[in-house]
Amino acid sequence: MQSKPRTIIEKVWDSHVVAEQEGAPCLLYIDFHLVHEVTSPQAFSGLREMGRTVRRAESTFATVDHSTPTTAKSLPIVDQIAATQVEQLGKNADEFGIPYFGFHNENNGICHVIGPEQGLTQPGMTVVCGDSHTATHGAFGALAFGIGTSEVEMVLATQVLLQRRSKTYQVQVDGTLKPGVAAKDIILALISRIGIGGGTGCIFEFTGSAIRALSMEERMTVCNMAIEGGARAGLIAPDETTYQFLKGRRFVPKGADWDAAVARWKQLPTDEGAVYDHSITINADELEPMITFGTNPGQGISISGLIPDPAAMTDKLERDSLTKALKYMDLQPGQPLAGHPVNVVFVGSCTNSRLSDLRAAASILKGRKVNPGVRMLVVPGSQEIKRQAQAEGLDEIFKAAGAEWREAGCSMCIAMNGDQLAPGQYSVSTSNRNFEGRQGKGGRTFLASPMTAAASAVNGVVTDVRTLLGVK
Amino acid sequence: MKFESRVVLMPTDNIDTDQIIPARFLKTISKVGLGDQLFNDWRYLADGSPNPEFVLNQVESKGAEILLAGDNFGCGSSREHAPWALTQFGFKAVISTSFADIFKANSLKNSLLPIVVSRDVHAKLFKMRAADSGMKLSVDLQSQRLTLPDGESVEFPVDSFSKACLVDGVDEIGYILKQLPAIEAFEAKRIGGLNTLVA
Repeated sequence: MQSKPRTIIEKVWDSHVVAEQEGAPCLLYIDFHLVHEVTSPQAFSGLREMGRTVRRAESTFATVDHSTPTTAKSLPIVDQIAATQVEQLGKNADEFGIPYFGFHNENNGICHVIGPEQGLTQPGMTVVCGDSHTATHGAFGALAFGIGTSEVEMVLATQVLLQRRSKTYQVQVDGTLKPGVAAKDIILALISRIGIGGGTGCIFEFTGSAIRALSMEERMTVCNMAIEGGARAGLIAPDETTYQFLKGRRFVPKGADWDAAVARWKQLPTDEGAVYDHSITINADELEPMITFGTNPGQGISISGLIPDPAAMTDKLERDSLTKALKYMDLQPGQPLAGHPVNVVFVGSCTNSRLSDLRAAASILKGRKVNPGVRMLVVPGSQEIKRQAQAEGLDEIFKAAGAEWREAGCSMCIAMNGDQLAPGQYSVSTSNRNFEGRQGKGGRTFLASPMTAAASAVNGVVTDVRTLLGVK
Repeated sequence: MKFESRVVLMPTDNIDTDQIIPARFLKTISKVGLGDQLFNDWRYLADGSPNPEFVLNQVESKGAEILLAGDNFGCGSSREHAPWALTQFGFKAVISTSFADIFKANSLKNSLLPIVVSRDVHAKLFKMRAADSGMKLSVDLQSQRLTLPDGESVEFPVDSFSKACLVDGVDEIGYILKQLPAIEAFEAKRIGGLNTLVA
């Protein structure tokens, strides 16, 4: 008998169910658990209070990224509260035997950057972390999602999670991205269409020719922001692009084990005829560079578009929410965002801090200068990316243009480490959230791709990068 | 879990976890002391004094245990600091038309009830609360019922397992560890596990 066709989401889920009892959530086995300094200390305290230990230290990996400064590594962490938090993760990793890339480790970096970089993230795995952008790892065909601190403690203690199945949501993107349009624009376009709650209760699978054409780094950008569409996870079936990226990395299987792993991974893609609970199609041919104007990632428009008018909305709560967002952003409805002054440009974060992102920004800055009115920070996602960028001279391009070239970390995406906007300032940021105060209390964020960010840095105003590329 | 309370009204959609507790307060290694920072950037003025226009600083909010908010409450990050801050302030329930998945899971682990109501009931609650700032609602987890001042009682969904854990005070990790043989049997059959201890 032919078994029912399944999506990759169901395949990965089914293969990790330890037990499933009527009325109770599944016991879902977790293959890889990333731990960082912000959401883990209370979990380790919980283990100690209950006299519990870490069941599978070998499936766990710790790093510091959120609270860490991106100034020279020779400098101490000035913020004593942050220093204590960073130090605490080192102690916890040591006590429980968890591998740890500490602040001074040569491979330190953003957890969602170093997992894939080290080959820790592999197709078909379940991956969790106390961080909503764990969805990033879905780019490898892994089922990867963010969890709270209670669940961090649960996974540390048991290596399983209690989970209910999510619905499946196919995001089909066909066609070809035009020059100046990036992977970031695909995901910003999706979220602007479905809203930030559009994927609640669901897991996205990104399919279609435009997704297949993306590099692994671009796929990570797309999956990273699945959570901004409300989905807990977003994944892309593995293919030759995935295997090429992974082969030879530090923690991937070697030799005959590699061949066996690839053979297993080839069984993962969604079966012909599998049915999704929801679906949407996006035509990549029609996409333009995207930018957000509001205070959530769903409030985005194409760079040639106009800021929407609350008066046109029928639902009172929606109208009031948009009015509140525009008031915070101090923007007028019906106006274009292109041409709006910018104070800060941030290239970095688990969304857009990888080598290809830095190359994209550098390609725009090469031979140009950051506008004198703009502060531009370029923060690589890991120390390894920093070295690679320096090896090809990208740092020199950034510095020559007048941008700051910094050490790895989450930096101004979450503004916990001192890298932040002043009240009232506007940034064009390659990060993932434009919530009120996200990049510093009173700061205002326009989310965009690295190309759009770099172009805006050059002009000092929100800029359609295609005008600099000579394609518009 | 059964209580009656006045209601704090936050008529905004998509209230994200960065508003509930801004990231700069997440540098703590403890769970306590977060109630004072709840909704910090809306709650305090630049000089640190309470913003008199913000609802939590108004006298009608004092002692209220129910927060009535717009759609998609708790979107954004996975920070469990959000329900910690809400419960430390004194909230026992949040009512909305929907909640972000991670926030909902985190809340249920901290005895904060995420109560989902229909758009109709939601609109009615807003209207009643606007007309009477002292409006009280009663919540009964056991029967999963929310009772309005006019006597209308609506059932709200709660995951049956989470409900049992809340009602009986079940330690979820302890529950899982009782199934250790099943986990070990799964691990014995598993192929391709990670070993980060191998450098």
